[in-house]
Amino acid sequence: MTDVSASAKPSRFSILANPTRFLELSGRVQPWLYGAALIAVAVGVFLGLTAPADYQQGATVTIMFIHVPFAWLSMMIWTVMSLSALGTLVWRHPLADVSVKAAAPIGAVFTVVCLITGSIWGRPMWGTWWVWDARLTSVFVLFLMYLGLIALTRALEEPGKSAKSAAILVLVGFVNIPIIKFSVDWWNTLHQPASVLRVDGPAMPAAYLTPLLISALGFTLLFFALHLTAMRTEILRRRVAALSRLAARRAEAAH
Amino acid sequence: MQADYFAFIASAYGISALAILALALWVFLDARAQRRALRMLEAQGIRRRSEAGGPSGHAAEAGR
Repeated sequence: MTDVSASAKPSRFSILANPTRFLELSGRVQPWLYGAALIAVAVGVFLGLTAPADYQQGATVTIMFIHVPFAWLSMMIWTVMSLSALGTLVWRHPLADVSVKAAAPIGAVFTVVCLITGSIWGRPMWGTWWVWDARLTSVFVLFLMYLGLIALTRALEEPGKSAKSAAILVLVGFVNIPIIKFSVDWWNTLHQPASVLRVDGPAMPAAYLTPLLISALGFTLLFFALHLTAMRTEILRRRVAALSRLAARRAEAAH
Repeated sequence: MQADYFAFIASAYGISALAILALALWVFLDARAQRRALRMLEAQGIRRRSEAGGPSGHAAEAGR
């Protein structure tokens, strides 16, 4: 490993590879990210709750403004972790594993609220809380993968030891993301097909599309804000672990 | 607005809000706990090499 600070002009990538620099920069960005996230979520949810009732779904359509962003996020967070996993395996970026470990619990929470809100929406609209159709099952599998990843990243006492195996699990699990996205086209599902990301444009009036996109933006910003905080915490946790070992060694040497 | 849908909508929003607030609280408490632990170690005079000696440390060492 070469000393980053020794080279004359480090690239942006390597500046971010230095955890101390990362802590400085993220500390400055963090409050703005939380602020923007809260404003967007508030505006999106307000517009969503005041949107007119759907002619078929009635008022339950308001559940869409949280359910759909949660579903998008559950897939996006795994994608973010997959990019980080590449960072671990290909570039050995020191923060890549921190990113995977920090994102996993946040992804699990967004996936579980996606499942819960979907279930609550399904009861009045489909007449059932749950069916084992392709979309619902593949998202449930995603949730289980998040739980497995959380267990793996926290199984070993020394933080960071599980980096490689966690990265491999994340990349293997990425197979599920296109399966979730296209499950509604490939199989006969109770879940409706895509209505925003379609080849022929969104099939949704602006009164629904605008609050949906603002709400999605808000929750995405919220994820990145929480992820940043969790990453900072993980860096500190690794420092605490390293210093604790140092303290133990010193105490041993003194005796 | 149909009254029988209200419980569904309220519970969807309520459960989501609770779950995300709990997540945020956990992230915040975890951050505070690690900051506190680091401060206590530093108060005992245990510092990272990079902070005790030279102006900057190795990226690989700091990440551990």
